[in-house]
Amino acid sequence: MRPFQYNRARTLADAMQMTHDAEATPIAGGTNLLDLMKLQVETPGQLADINRIGLTGIDDIEGGGLRIGALATNTVTAAHPRVRSDYPVLARAILAGASQQLRNRATTGGNLCQRTRCYYFTNIDQPCNKRDPGSGCGAIDGVARLHAVLGASEQCIATYPGDMAVALSALDATVHVAARDETERRVPVRDFHCLPGDTPWRDNVLEPGEIITAVTLPPPVGGTQVYRKVRERSSYAFALVSVAAVVEVQDGVFSRADLAFGGLAHKPWHDRRIAEALVGSAPSDELFDEAADILLESAQGHGENDFKIPLARRTLHAVLSSAAGEAA
Amino acid sequence: MTETIAVNGIPRPLPDDPRVSLLDFLRNDVGLTGTKKGCDHGQCGACTVIVNGIRINSCLTLAVMHEGESVTTIEGIGTPDEPSALQRAFLEHDGYQCGYCTPGQICSATAMLEELANDWPSDASEKLEGKVAISDDEIRERMSGNLCRCGAYANILTAIREVAAGKTA
Repeated sequence: MRPFQYNRARTLADAMQMTHDAEATPIAGGTNLLDLMKLQVETPGQLADINRIGLTGIDDIEGGGLRIGALATNTVTAAHPRVRSDYPVLARAILAGASQQLRNRATTGGNLCQRTRCYYFTNIDQPCNKRDPGSGCGAIDGVARLHAVLGASEQCIATYPGDMAVALSALDATVHVAARDETERRVPVRDFHCLPGDTPWRDNVLEPGEIITAVTLPPPVGGTQVYRKVRERSSYAFALVSVAAVVEVQDGVFSRADLAFGGLAHKPWHDRRIAEALVGSAPSDELFDEAADILLESAQGHGENDFKIPLARRTLHAVLSSAAGEAA
Repeated sequence: MTETIAVNGIPRPLPDDPRVSLLDFLRNDVGLTGTKKGCDHGQCGACTVIVNGIRINSCLTLAVMHEGESVTTIEGIGTPDEPSALQRAFLEHDGYQCGYCTPGQICSATAMLEELANDWPSDASEKLEGKVAISDDEIRERMSGNLCRCGAYANILTAIREVAAGKTA
């Protein structure tokens, strides 16, 4: 690991000063950042330890929603009574990720900011436009089993690896960010992560020096919530495909169908046309196929990950038919 | 004033170099080599220790991040003369072959039993709310962060199941 200066922040203002003025990299749980520092993928000159600045609370907000502090651990969030009762898709998504030891350290903000597990990104001997802009992409025409089939570019086909953010996308959560001018800006989680385009080094819309302070969830809705994750082994593996669904059926037709997908793209994938196609129609195999057609309209495999396209279709089918069955 | 971290109840000065992981600190600075380095990347769980009651991978955290906190390692869980219930059960049921993953398995399972007692749900739990029903699937899922290259999982499961059942009986 390269040498760095370590400073412990005591308040958010303290942390902002370190990340803004001193260009320090914030560290929370550290489970992703320290791993990448050992691999020399990340080589920060300064670390700002933000673990002692507060922001760990999970609190009811006016109108019935929930505010989850940026430094609430994944474990605490998944075990929180209101998350378990009102936002089960979020609890399920968190519990489907990593191991208990990692979830005990991982935080809301850090989880949103975790970086891709693309093998070329994490190996500094390989080309990677995300890590080393202009060096090329090893994954295109390379080992691409984990990689994107939606929204990729000629520069990068990496996937966003997380589960939590997929559920947050289905729930239409909002990310709260402390901006450099000491104001707070709010970003819908669906707009928080970026597609690679010509700037594959950019994972999300955070500007240098900005720190996530919280995620807020809208008031709970009725219906059924499902998180279905397909992976290589039954625990402790990243998603090949995952689906987060918040689904309600009334009078025999979908009255709500908020879906988000993991493992398919550089961000949790959300396409509002899918809900538009489902809402108002009665659940049927033909309808599920129509939803899958919309989802996969522009899907493109890269050899090793071609299987993700039919897998996404089948997983969407399975989730919609079981959710519609439960919600009916 | 020197910053310290309590290791099995004894205050220890933190390292000067912030790069030192909690794992390397425990093994090299404190000299407690029970905690093992397997992958050093958070993938195997051999380095699992309990910090302020919570199990974590000591390889993926810096010692300096734990100023004032309290760490329990395998050496703090029991001794050859006075083993903990889990340590006895691992001996009884042969919950290992080479033994390299065993300290991590036992630290992990020790904290896991507390999580079960608090009814924290897992990916294997049928329901998110209410009492967790202990089953082999629950224990397997909750221990999935601890790999055993010898494949002694069957006996590890038997040992943990026995202690978990005793705790809830």
